[in-house]
Amino acid sequence: MTLIEGQDRNLVRRDEIQKLATASEGRRKIYSKVGLTICGLFLIIALIPLISVLAYTVQRGVHAWSVDFFSKLPTPAGIPGGGIWNAIVGSLIIDGIAAAVAIPFGIACGLFLAESDGPIVGTVRFATDVLSGVPSIILGIFAYIVLVISLGHFSAIAGSFAIGVLMLPIIIRASETAIRSVPSTLREAGLSLGSRHSTVSRRVILPAALPGLITGVLLAVARGVGETAPLLFTVIGSEYFATNPTQPMAALPLVVYGDGIQAYPDLQLRAWGTALFLICVVLVLSVGSRLIAARLGRVKR
Amino acid sequence: MTEPMTEPLTEKQLGLATEKALTPPPLGDAVMRLHNVGVAFGGRMAVRDVSLDFPENQVTALIGPSGSGKTTLLRSLNRMHDLTRSAKVTGQVMLGSTDVYGGSMSPTLLRSQVGMVFQRPNPFPTMSIYDNVVSGLKFNGARRKALLDEAAESSLIAAALWDSVKNRLKTNASTLSGGEQQRLCIARSLAVEPRVLLMDEPTSSLDPQATKRIEELVTELKSRVSIIIVTHNMQQAVRVSDYCAFLLMGDDRAGQLIEAAPTTTLFENPSDERTLDYINGRFG
Repeated sequence: MTLIEGQDRNLVRRDEIQKLATASEGRRKIYSKVGLTICGLFLIIALIPLISVLAYTVQRGVHAWSVDFFSKLPTPAGIPGGGIWNAIVGSLIIDGIAAAVAIPFGIACGLFLAESDGPIVGTVRFATDVLSGVPSIILGIFAYIVLVISLGHFSAIAGSFAIGVLMLPIIIRASETAIRSVPSTLREAGLSLGSRHSTVSRRVILPAALPGLITGVLLAVARGVGETAPLLFTVIGSEYFATNPTQPMAALPLVVYGDGIQAYPDLQLRAWGTALFLICVVLVLSVGSRLIAARLGRVKR
Repeated sequence: MTEPMTEPLTEKQLGLATEKALTPPPLGDAVMRLHNVGVAFGGRMAVRDVSLDFPENQVTALIGPSGSGKTTLLRSLNRMHDLTRSAKVTGQVMLGSTDVYGGSMSPTLLRSQVGMVFQRPNPFPTMSIYDNVVSGLKFNGARRKALLDEAAESSLIAAALWDSVKNRLKTNASTLSGGEQQRLCIARSLAVEPRVLLMDEPTSSLDPQATKRIEELVTELKSRVSIIIVTHNMQQAVRVSDYCAFLLMGDDRAGQLIEAAPTTTLFENPSDERTLDYINGRFG
């Protein structure tokens, strides 16, 4: 086959391919449109639960909102007024203690998983996965056995313990991912200056991973704030203003649960209002974590 | 040899060169000595049997095609392979009279004497220009401000960056251009006052203008620090180095040293046919 013959055959093939492409273009356009429509349809179907939950909660709960609702203690059924101030403070205390303990442990553990290797790392990572799969009610029973039975009474600190254990695997895995995404060349640069590995981790790697760490922590807190089951066995709830962590305390999810199952409409309204508030808190934490991550990430790149 | 060489060497040039009397630069004492150094990853040899001396206060270039083990060899000099669990370095690496892999040598102290500059500029992204330069000192416990200031100024001047950054030392290092970032990384390494500076293709991600400045810098810095530079670019080796080592992948796919000689000798009168083939662009 000479060069010319080869070129001719290439031209013939090009011609044929062009014809095929032109002939099928209309069909391919329709396929593409149908495909996109199906994708869009499924997207809408997937969003329906989210939107309807939000809309229904707003519709039912927004009437409960008032200045009193956020600043007063609850009143018994039938007496108008009253609010969830004690539950807001209670949730702050319970989740604050949980986060204060879980964040340093979680980040340290994530750092360990990301920065070292060997058989222990695999075991710890597997244990973390198992822990994140444990139903939250089991964590509540665990905290009940460890802290409620041994102390002899319900307490906020037992709830903090359960919520903290629940947050741990989320923080660990998020920190590990964030730390792993720091380019290894930064680690090498630090080490090449004669620094110890621990110094490089603390002064170079962790600051570079900060946006990811913040995202992970806020998502874990958002998850912890909304958990009800671990609190049922531990914190039990309270109608009074309680700030002593060794005593029972009010908490937002417990108000939703406790008042929601009552027969009195005013208590049910309070449950709806609290549910709406809880959704707002979680939404603010989730969106906030993304905003902070995006902002810190942009400053640094 | 500092004349820029823009064209690949031709047979004719090589012929002419061999007629000239060759006077290799005096090599002086060796700052690092390698004896039968081999590097293996998980039992597979990546570099084998390299015996080589690196002259003090000179620039040594490691050249060779991809896969010849240049970078692998370079990273064995400051124990960067310690980070890779599967890596194993055999043979002897001497820094002065101390065995780099000996029991009494701590990797952190070694790396403060043998610094490293990487392929891509890697300033610490969360730190200012000033903090980047003095980071090595701070990480190693230096706190006195006068010492840090002096080290910062001296190393930025040495890295030819002082004039352009002296009024914005507190701005983030990421605001610098790629070439400036690489010079910042050089300043960061110099601030620790190492005896040896390893450079792993330091210009491979830079444009020609920034490359030229780094090359000028390398030549200027050799009175302060011995430099070992890995480069893909033979013209760069000719421009910046006094001494040159050519590595090549052997039949066992492990890199080995073919020959090492003063740069002029290696390029104008190589003793091995494979070196001649490589510098003439026949492979690699």
